[in-house]
Amino acid sequence: MARNLSFKDAINEALDQEMSRDPTVIVMGEDIVGGTGSPGEADAWGGVLGVTKGLYAKHGDRLMDTPLSESAYIGAAVGAATCGLRPVAELMFLDFLGVCFDQIFNQAAKFRYMFGGKAETPVTIRAMVGGGFRAAAQHSQMLTPIITHIPGLKVVCASNAYDAKGLLIQSIRDNDPVIFCEHKNLYAHEVDVPEESYTIPFGEANIMRDGSDVTIVAYGLMVHRASEAAALLAGDGVECEVIDLRTLSPIDTETIIESVEKTGRLVCVDEANPRCSIAADVCATISQESFASLKAAPQMVTAPHSPVPFSPALEDLYIPGAGQIVDAVRKTLEA
Amino acid sequence: MKSPANITPVLMPKWGLSMTKGLLSDWLVEEGTRISIGDEIMEVETDKIASAVEATDEGVLRRCVAVAGETYPVQALMGVLAAEEVGDADIDAFIDAYEVPQAEDDEDAETSQYEFVETSVGRIRYALRGDEGPVVVLIHGFGGDLDNWLFNIDALAEKTRVYAIDLPGHGQSIKQIEDPGLSGLANAVRAFMSTVEIDSAHLVGHSMGAAVAATVVSETPDLVQSLSLVSAAGLGVEINSAYIDGFVAAVSRRELKPVLLNLFADPSLVNRAMVDELLKYKRLDGVGDALTHLASNLFVDGRQKTILAEQISDLRTLVVWGSEDRVIPASHAINMKSAKVEVIEGAGHMVQMEKASRVNHLILAHILG
Repeated sequence: MARNLSFKDAINEALDQEMSRDPTVIVMGEDIVGGTGSPGEADAWGGVLGVTKGLYAKHGDRLMDTPLSESAYIGAAVGAATCGLRPVAELMFLDFLGVCFDQIFNQAAKFRYMFGGKAETPVTIRAMVGGGFRAAAQHSQMLTPIITHIPGLKVVCASNAYDAKGLLIQSIRDNDPVIFCEHKNLYAHEVDVPEESYTIPFGEANIMRDGSDVTIVAYGLMVHRASEAAALLAGDGVECEVIDLRTLSPIDTETIIESVEKTGRLVCVDEANPRCSIAADVCATISQESFASLKAAPQMVTAPHSPVPFSPALEDLYIPGAGQIVDAVRKTLEA
Repeated sequence: MKSPANITPVLMPKWGLSMTKGLLSDWLVEEGTRISIGDEIMEVETDKIASAVEATDEGVLRRCVAVAGETYPVQALMGVLAAEEVGDADIDAFIDAYEVPQAEDDEDAETSQYEFVETSVGRIRYALRGDEGPVVVLIHGFGGDLDNWLFNIDALAEKTRVYAIDLPGHGQSIKQIEDPGLSGLANAVRAFMSTVEIDSAHLVGHSMGAAVAATVVSETPDLVQSLSLVSAAGLGVEINSAYIDGFVAAVSRRELKPVLLNLFADPSLVNRAMVDELLKYKRLDGVGDALTHLASNLFVDGRQKTILAEQISDLRTLVVWGSEDRVIPASHAINMKSAKVEVIEGAGHMVQMEKASRVNHLILAHILG
């Protein structure tokens, strides 16, 4: 039975259901129970934004508050995964990737390959991404392109609570390392979510809206901005197809190609910085694979090549908005 | 609103509880055309499905009020049917006076239209429409749910009290099927009937649901007053096993869509929303197992295992089929010798959706007759 659930509660429910289903699932991270030294009661914090609230009361010792050392506990999670557990480690902000990157890209991502398929690393690393939270340059980045670049990692970035639950359960059951990115400004967003457990396969983009004039590709929060832009454009008779990538690695190139073969026009929206971004990657792939279908140059709508500003006014300008997407769509129509 | 006896409004229909508005894609007849019951008069599209709207009354289409290409709320006045002798002034007055009824509050509508009940086989979801008249239970097919009766339930409820259920393993009912076969599902129907205190009912089944209904009859004939079998399983051996296997195996939109095309004579009815809804169902934990067990018990080596035509021959039975059914051949209708048989041209396996008005008339006539 489906009911309205927030993105944040959908994550909590996915963790709860998988911990109930599979005793090898453990959850670890900074303050995910209640903070070191807290009694771990049911009313403990449950993470900086309360995403894991209530899980300790139900699953007890399978949740672990770790010291403030990402390199230690991400390394421990990767090691535990190779030894038969299914750890879900919370990195809090993906911006902290730097201090534990070796454990992720040089270890977890390489084991299956370097041991000739004999090693499996079923670890899920959850982390908040994205701006708009007034959290300044070190807690607001969209670093999805960096992890998407690494072969051996799977990268998820959901746009809504329904997808978040299904993709997180899939991530936990997956036998490879998955980086699960949660946009902090979507935590309160609600949609219908079934009570039952379910999975959404990796590598299947979701078509949010059908259209025959222009294809807009986005992920995470930008899916909402793209849908907003599409609604504005529909008022002027421009029908956009909005594609939510859902997973960045693997990426569903086929769905984008099919759409561009119909529309001939492509706009890629990415909250990341423009150089080597997901938007740049999709534009390059489509230019190469579907050149004959294109009626105009593909357009990118991204954050500028600068750190995320702390000034609220500047931060709002920094994050791509519906207006910029509308302009990019119009540009493809002028050609 | 009360309409004068000789003027019939043509309204935007409501298909399913989430529908609040619909797009009039086109008028299928021109102003001034004489209309008979069942004639297709306009094509309506929602985010979930497109379908022709059939006339429920006869008369001349005196006025097309709605404009093709525009979107209208449910129950909006689309056109006016009336006899030739009705004056233009009366028709204008009727159009001027028409007001779209206030839509029910969405949340209320949702809670009142889908209900859940705990039965001896677990939680069953159902919809109940209509207050009076004979009790009817609608049973969907393999992989389906109660929304397969989207275009039927309200029409039948005008003269009957209709329950549409999700079988175990389906829709939003319990995903575990205790005994995954026709007997187990028939038992679930009985468990539902006893929980909601139905002593006996007219059973209407589609595809596998028809075989379930027939099993209820053969095991417990006293519970059933009449049978309506739509695109029925259980009447012959042939079945499109590529459809069954493909449906069970499909995990993505790309895999599922071509499989679903087998269900309709008109392939344009299979839209993205339909595929997405089915995928949401198929991805629930337990559904894959339920469907796999069910398929392996019901359809063995590409053939239907249980043929029930003989065992239900004593009961008053209606058999309805689409002539272009690509899942179960319409020729199986021949095996029901004593039944009233109707094969509808231009419809596929989901004949109750593709030719809803015709099917509704047949079922109502059968139940009330």
